Amino acid sequence: MLKTFRIGGVHPPENKLSAGEKIQVLPVPEQVIIPLSQHIGAPATPVVQKGDQVKAGQLIAQAGGFVSANIHSSVSGTVVAIDNVTDAAGLSKPAITIKVEGDEWMPEIDRSAKIEHNITLSKEEIVKAIAAAGIVGMGGATFPTQVKLTPPPGSKAEVLIINGVECEPYLTADHRIMLERAEEIIVGVRILMKAIGVDRAVIGIENNKPDAIRRLQKIATKETLGIEICPLKLKYPQGGEKQLIQATINRAVPSGALPIAVGAVVQNVGTALAVYEAVIKRKPLIERVVTVTGKSVKHPGNYLCRIGTPISKLIEAAGGMPEDTAKVIGGGPMMGRTMVNIDSPILKGTSGVLLINEQEAVRRPMRNCIRCSKCVSVCPMGLEPYLLMKLSQFNLLERMEEEKVMDCIECGSCSFTCPSDRPLLDYIRLGKGRTGAMIRNRKK
Amino acid sequence: MKLLISPSPHVHSGDSIEKNMYGVLIALIPAFICSVVFFGWGAIIVTLTSVVACLLFEYLIQKFLLHQTPTIFDGSALITGVLLAFNVPSNLPIWIIVIGALVAIGIGKMSFGGLGCNIFNPALVGRVFLLISFPVQMTTWPLAQGFAGSYVDAETGATPLALLKEAVKSGQSVSNVLTADSFIGYKNMLLGNMSGSLGEVAALALLVGLVYMLIRKIITWHIPVSIFATVILFAGILHLCNPEQYVGPIYHLLTGGMMLGAIFMATDYVTSPMTKKGMLIYGAGIGILTVIIRTFGAYPEGMSFAILIMNAFTPLINRYCKPVRFA
Repeated sequence: MLKTFRIGGVHPPENKLSAGEKIQVLPVPEQVIIPLSQHIGAPATPVVQKGDQVKAGQLIAQAGGFVSANIHSSVSGTVVAIDNVTDAAGLSKPAITIKVEGDEWMPEIDRSAKIEHNITLSKEEIVKAIAAAGIVGMGGATFPTQVKLTPPPGSKAEVLIINGVECEPYLTADHRIMLERAEEIIVGVRILMKAIGVDRAVIGIENNKPDAIRRLQKIATKETLGIEICPLKLKYPQGGEKQLIQATINRAVPSGALPIAVGAVVQNVGTALAVYEAVIKRKPLIERVVTVTGKSVKHPGNYLCRIGTPISKLIEAAGGMPEDTAKVIGGGPMMGRTMVNIDSPILKGTSGVLLINEQEAVRRPMRNCIRCSKCVSVCPMGLEPYLLMKLSQFNLLERMEEEKVMDCIECGSCSFTCPSDRPLLDYIRLGKGRTGAMIRNRKK
Repeated sequence: MKLLISPSPHVHSGDSIEKNMYGVLIALIPAFICSVVFFGWGAIIVTLTSVVACLLFEYLIQKFLLHQTPTIFDGSALITGVLLAFNVPSNLPIWIIVIGALVAIGIGKMSFGGLGCNIFNPALVGRVFLLISFPVQMTTWPLAQGFAGSYVDAETGATPLALLKEAVKSGQSVSNVLTADSFIGYKNMLLGNMSGSLGEVAALALLVGLVYMLIRKIITWHIPVSIFATVILFAGILHLCNPEQYVGPIYHLLTGGMMLGAIFMATDYVTSPMTKKGMLIYGAGIGILTVIIRTFGAYPEGMSFAILIMNAFTPLINRYCKPVRFA
């Protein structure tokens, strides 16, 4: 029996259209827009000025606090603006715009393809190098990695869990890097193990990627490196942090607690690769693999893109915007966000760009709840979505808190399942926001 | 280019009210075929009348009283119609069926606000209303004679449960009933070759429907299994205490509305609890109440009352039975 998490979960159609497509390098665009806030936490503070010449890999904005991340130029050229630009959601956000001139990299970056296995840096030096490289969680949550590697006082990490699940339909970026960059990923995992001081790591991969499981199993064995490859039964949302911890090491993170409460630190495979590059090759996080896909897309594929490349360039590379595109989504179809501005840049946390056609985008009208309790059965956190939606409609925030709305991971399984097409998650998210605000105000 | 903006998720499973409702209807087909075999034209006439009347009343009420767009083809009124028919004798006069349909749809469902809002199972509301209003017609059961039987003046006979009740009341022992000529045998009970409401007799066909609904994941096993288990346990204990006074659990399971009730009426989405734990409690309640009413009550059959009583407890069960939280 393959392992998986215990309660709830759904099986959305996988639609991994680009799983067989090798990673291609997207040409450097004429101009990149690099927002100062590509991570959770405080925005970074610019350290360059308009008119400055920068090289690829050069620091252009410094972490603006403890929970924040450095930002580097992904290209060489001239800073043409440090100003507000419209982001993917249509909001105005500060960013550094760089006009590309040539492709000159910082001299200390090792761009050779040679894979280095020796880790010479100490624990502290590793964390410092990761912080300097501006690495954030690459699965989409974009939490600054160095913060996760510094456990709060009183807690101790026992096991490192690597998220290679990629449970979102359509997305294949992590799948491809596990196939093509497996050796580097394993070195990255070893670096992360050293950084948090554990001798055990588990890489969770769903069994719809048997080639990736085999590839990693060949390189890493439990005996030699303490790295265990754990094939998981296909079920969404296995990539949820709490779900993955339960699936791989069978420990349940309590309500409101962080994974470190059960001795686990979770990192994405993409992050492990970025860590390898930062620590061994001294290369900051300035490019990432992005899947561009969709049923109407001509050539769905996986592209290695410089951070800041306009999303429209990526869509062009995949054969252009299909006529019948109704939605452009950053991320996967279950948790991704729709975009209004496709000239907005690819960010550190952009794992995919999904074009949904008109036919798929139709949301059927909401009907009466028939109390079939399917939303309750599929909720991976053991909540009652139908009830939370009702409570949210009546703004009963105390009751929502009682019913554990803050545990909701917003995976969308409830809305996905509902036979009455009720927008359960929309209302729950609304109520969760208000309940969260109520709790924070109470603490003050 | 115009782009749509919406919150996630951006895909849907494709499940719908219709898929579930028509799934239930498909699961009812084997039982319907059996009732046609056993009760002939009566089964067809009663079922058709009930279905047409339910659809019509739902349409009229939605259109002219509630001023909504009628949604009669969502399958729910169809199910109410079929289940109401399945719960009455196959020689029930048409005008009584129509009254039953009006009560089921009008009072049982639409007065609460329509689909999803009702507290009690609409078909059972209609059935119990008819049972109390027309006790004679509702307890005169045609013999299972197939198309040879007449709809207008059918030969009638008592149901196994009524036979048992009469016998025990008059001081006979259970073993007497089970050895008497009037006892039809467990095999006939399993197949449904006996007097009774037209859709409730064919235990085996109803079980086939259950398996179908479980495979299609329309319902979960919790409610039917918990009802069956409770009945077996409770009736079994009574039987072991005094086998001459109390009949064994198999007799309970195969007679009356037990199968129809446990598989199709108690599992009604709208009126059953939302959590697995709640479903088990609800099913256990129905099982115990049914055996109590059948054994100690005035009526020979107690399934409908048991389900309606537990329907009333459903909101309470929902309030206190929470799902297993993640941690």
